Amino acid sequence: MTTPLTGTAESRPAAAAHQARRRRPRSEILWGYAFIAPTGLGLVIFYLWPVLQTAYFSFTEWGAFGGHTWTGLENYTRLLSDPEVGQAVLNTVLYTALGLLGIPLAIVFAALMNRPRLRGVGLYRTAFFLPVVTMPVAVAMLWRWLYNGDYGLVNQVLAVVGIDGPNWIADPATAMYALVVVGIWSSVGYNLIIFLAGMQGIPKELYEAASMDGAGPVRQFFRITLPMLSPTAFFVSIVSVIGSLQLFDLVFVMTGSGQAARANPAYSRLQTVVQLFYERAFVTDDRGYAAAIVIALLVLIAALTFVQFRLQRRWVHYA
Amino acid sequence: MPERRAFGVHAILIAASLVMVTPFVWQVITSLKTLTSATAAPPTILPEGRWDNYAKVFDLLPFGDQFLNTALMAGGRVAGQLLFCSMAAYAFARLRFPGRNVLFGVFLSVMMVPPQLFVIPQYQIMSSLGWLNSLQAIIVPGLFSAFGVFLLRQFFLGLPRELEEAARLDGAGPVRIYWSIMLPLARPGLVALAVLTLLWAWNDLFWPLIVNTDPDKMTLSAGLAALQGQYQTDYPVLMAGSVLASLPVIAVFVFLQRQFIQGIAHTGTKG
Repeated sequence: MTTPLTGTAESRPAAAAHQARRRRPRSEILWGYAFIAPTGLGLVIFYLWPVLQTAYFSFTEWGAFGGHTWTGLENYTRLLSDPEVGQAVLNTVLYTALGLLGIPLAIVFAALMNRPRLRGVGLYRTAFFLPVVTMPVAVAMLWRWLYNGDYGLVNQVLAVVGIDGPNWIADPATAMYALVVVGIWSSVGYNLIIFLAGMQGIPKELYEAASMDGAGPVRQFFRITLPMLSPTAFFVSIVSVIGSLQLFDLVFVMTGSGQAARANPAYSRLQTVVQLFYERAFVTDDRGYAAAIVIALLVLIAALTFVQFRLQRRWVHYA
Repeated sequence: MPERRAFGVHAILIAASLVMVTPFVWQVITSLKTLTSATAAPPTILPEGRWDNYAKVFDLLPFGDQFLNTALMAGGRVAGQLLFCSMAAYAFARLRFPGRNVLFGVFLSVMMVPPQLFVIPQYQIMSSLGWLNSLQAIIVPGLFSAFGVFLLRQFFLGLPRELEEAARLDGAGPVRIYWSIMLPLARPGLVALAVLTLLWAWNDLFWPLIVNTDPDKMTLSAGLAALQGQYQTDYPVLMAGSVLASLPVIAVFVFLQRQFIQGIAHTGTKG
């Protein structure tokens, strides 16, 4: 900030600066393109062109040696009657819907931490954030151990109070709920940070005025915090739905893939769309069909995002 | 009365923090037990100092190589994104050229697409370049980020213009303004992008899993997933491996906690 440039800026009349802004050398145009060129080319080569290719592949069938032939809508008709796809979509949507329960949880904890001069808030925040920065593969391994039917900590604790816990992730009745708990546990800290930032933006005067009117903290939470926070909550729900629909790491590590995974009786209840995509694309090398699966995922994401935007005016409060 | 209320708040937050932290404590305790005592009922609480579980991770996996691969992948992606994203972000925020808004929209559209849509063609590119099982495969596609451009552009837009105007009057061109004025001012934004990119790269599974399948060329995520495939039930060793693999990012987080949290908070204000 103490560069000599600051001085010159202040000593010149504003009009001159304005003129300088208008009269820019032509080279600025060239520099503009030059500056965006590296990322622009990278995005075209590795991201934009691949999207179009994937769309094209979804209309092809792949032979054993990598060649592919045009088969029209065949992959899509197969997809619509494939029970494995239907089940994977169902699992993924259920996981996504149940995962939304993490949002009110994050709001409540953020509100508790947002009290002025609360001691130890740094420690609480660190505790909540630890699962967010931990490698998902490690998180999944850890919870597979905690959920172990015979020796896992969860069942050991339940045994103390006389409950004989199931083999959580191998039991079709409990597997999905066990998975959702891990998903919420590992993302609540992330959402909490976003809600804390959102709460910082709520004008203090609102709370002061409410206090003068005799409103207690609970009433203030429902009348001020929640409505003022609803745009943040909308953003968080959009992002979490998109993220949940792409779930892979947790399930991949908890169940594994291929024959070993199918030994898990709950496997069909856990398999997600992206996991199915992974198997078709890189295990059985059925890449045309895999491309169709992932295009279907894009449609699902777009549809659920659209629905959320339509529902937003029912509950999102814009000041 | 506020005293009593604060007590209740602390009670809830301490209970919740224990739920967040206990699994990690148990992970460390298990990693220091023998398999026999890890599977004893009732469980023993005290760790036993079986550090040989950690040594075993290095026997079962080329852990040193995988650690290095992961560090180089994360470091390469961070360095590349800091440079390339900040260049593009500066151009979109401050330079004027025909088609700027359309091009920015095209960049943004990449953010909307789920990454699985890129994967098959990206794999083919790597395969045709002969890059499967190489460092380039896990670094190069990660050098380009629409999200990074978006984040830094927002940051540049919030910076005061006076310094640049002054520099321009003194005859500085876009390159000098970018390098010696914008970049130093944008340091908090660059740090936010760096910590987020580090976190995502270190923990990335899908892409490294499919392109680098030789154990020597794998990253820690993929290596750990493979370890679990082979040693399904040797939990003490699996826990030791997962502690080792996730510790570096946790350590960085402890040192750069404020930057991590600001970075996350930044991503939340983009809506």
